[in-house]
Amino acid sequence: MRPHRMFWGHLLSIVTVLIALIVFFPILWMVLTSFKSEADAFTYPPPLIFHPTLDQYEVALGASGYFHYLLNTVIVTGFSALVALLLGVPAAYSLAFYPTRRSDFTLMWLMSTRMLPAVGVIVPLYIIFKNLGWFDTYHGLIALYTAMNLPLVIWMMRSFFMDLPYETLEAARIDGAGLLQELRLVILPMALPGLVSTILLCLIFTWNEFFLAFNLTVTKVPTLTVFIVGFKTSEGLFWAKMSAAATVSALPVIIAGWLSQRQIVRGLTAGAIK
Amino acid sequence: MRKQIEVRSRPWMHRPAIIYMIVLTQVPVLFTLYYSVTNWNLLRPDRPRAFIGLGNYIGFFLARDTARIMLNTVVFSVGVVVLSLVFGMILALLLTREFRGRNLARTLLITPFLIMPTVSAVMWKNMLFNPAFGLISSTLALLGGPRIDWMNQYAMASLITIVTWEWTPFMMLILLSGLQGLAKEQLEAAQIDGAGPITTFRSIILPHLTRYIEIGVLLETLFVLNIFGEIFTTTTGGPANYTTTLTFNIYLEAFKRWNVGRASAFAVIAVIFANIITLLFIRIIRHDSRTGETA
Repeated sequence: MRPHRMFWGHLLSIVTVLIALIVFFPILWMVLTSFKSEADAFTYPPPLIFHPTLDQYEVALGASGYFHYLLNTVIVTGFSALVALLLGVPAAYSLAFYPTRRSDFTLMWLMSTRMLPAVGVIVPLYIIFKNLGWFDTYHGLIALYTAMNLPLVIWMMRSFFMDLPYETLEAARIDGAGLLQELRLVILPMALPGLVSTILLCLIFTWNEFFLAFNLTVTKVPTLTVFIVGFKTSEGLFWAKMSAAATVSALPVIIAGWLSQRQIVRGLTAGAIK
Repeated sequence: MRKQIEVRSRPWMHRPAIIYMIVLTQVPVLFTLYYSVTNWNLLRPDRPRAFIGLGNYIGFFLARDTARIMLNTVVFSVGVVVLSLVFGMILALLLTREFRGRNLARTLLITPFLIMPTVSAVMWKNMLFNPAFGLISSTLALLGGPRIDWMNQYAMASLITIVTWEWTPFMMLILLSGLQGLAKEQLEAAQIDGAGPITTFRSIILPHLTRYIEIGVLLETLFVLNIFGEIFTTTTGGPANYTTTLTFNIYLEAFKRWNVGRASAFAVIAVIFANIITLLFIRIIRHDSRTGETA
């Protein structure tokens, strides 16, 4: 009975890893292709051994203006996360430690704003941005991405604050810690892991956002997602070059996601599932 | 419920965030509502902007392609959600066992969800689905099969494949969280009672996961209804309008036909859909907080 069960257990484990490899295969193949010459990329069946080269990275990064898009993405992602934290952490603190009868409604309402489809507001945003001169500017995109991040920050940070041991806070207050001291010296250090995963989640969502970036920018501040769409036509048949560009564009979020995989569900379900 | 030392609230700490969200999300919705009852068209600056009541909404229900677009939207979102639920369930059940390589497998499996959607789209379109050079076609040809132009002949199925690949990890992670809350003793007891794997799944695992399935299905539906980048990058809504969803149609109406009024009316319909789903979601999680169940 026992060896029989162990056999099936091992088989199941092997099957699981195999499925994972199959699911991951397109990404692996793309990364491998990015190190090939265009000629090698199109050889079929794909050669198992090839001369790895960084040529495609040079082409993809140098000539196509990749760094322009990268810089835009970094600026927009960074500032929108920063502003969302500045507005969101105090809000989360207040909602976690000073709940009122309205707090519950406020949280639900905040979540409903996160669920608002971007197509529902794209037309007025386009028109308002055009009129205000915010179209194709950093502050325009940052303002919107902040709104995208803010409910996430409040929900996540509130749920992390609620997990803190209450006695420590009580002790700090009895010791006469002021509000700022309490936040800076007691709460934030304890909630630091939560803060880091919140920042990573903001990064994941803004870095990958396409709809707003595509419709509200042209030449000055388009982000990497818009850059990649350039490969949708015949450009995309330069596989090696496309793979190199795609790999470097997607990599930061993949790493951020791997690091924060335990928190992704909490962030996406507004704390309903931890 | 935690006890409080100070009872007074500190509204100045959360008010800026709330005002910010009102200005950036609720005000634009009011504008959308207002535009939706006008005949504003950016291509017709000569025409005075006029109030036309529910004209755009009636136009939506009467339009020739509305049935097609709604059908596409339903096929696309139901297809993706059901498939990713099934695959996500299988993967979660496989991953919930302890074994060596489990962390690696989970990390590999969540990557499609993390990868930039436009990257997934160009990769699948050019490297896997391309009829002449794509890996799938080339492999089929090697085995003597036909070369198929997937993104053209089976546009919707191909699109569903790509998006299911991206969203299965989401469902898997939610169900995995659910399975972690399932007591080992319960499963062992079932096994001792002689319950086979199928009976165990149906009478113990599935009832336990109901709430997680509900949350996963509602949220994924919400996100999948908003999908734009993958459609734009792979099929641009075509061939003809066979992969044009409600979301994609709003984009076409707004930025290809510049019909502000009609695009806004469609957008209001999309917002109503989203709000219904959000309300259902809120009902589930509020029910949890009342019954004190935590995940």
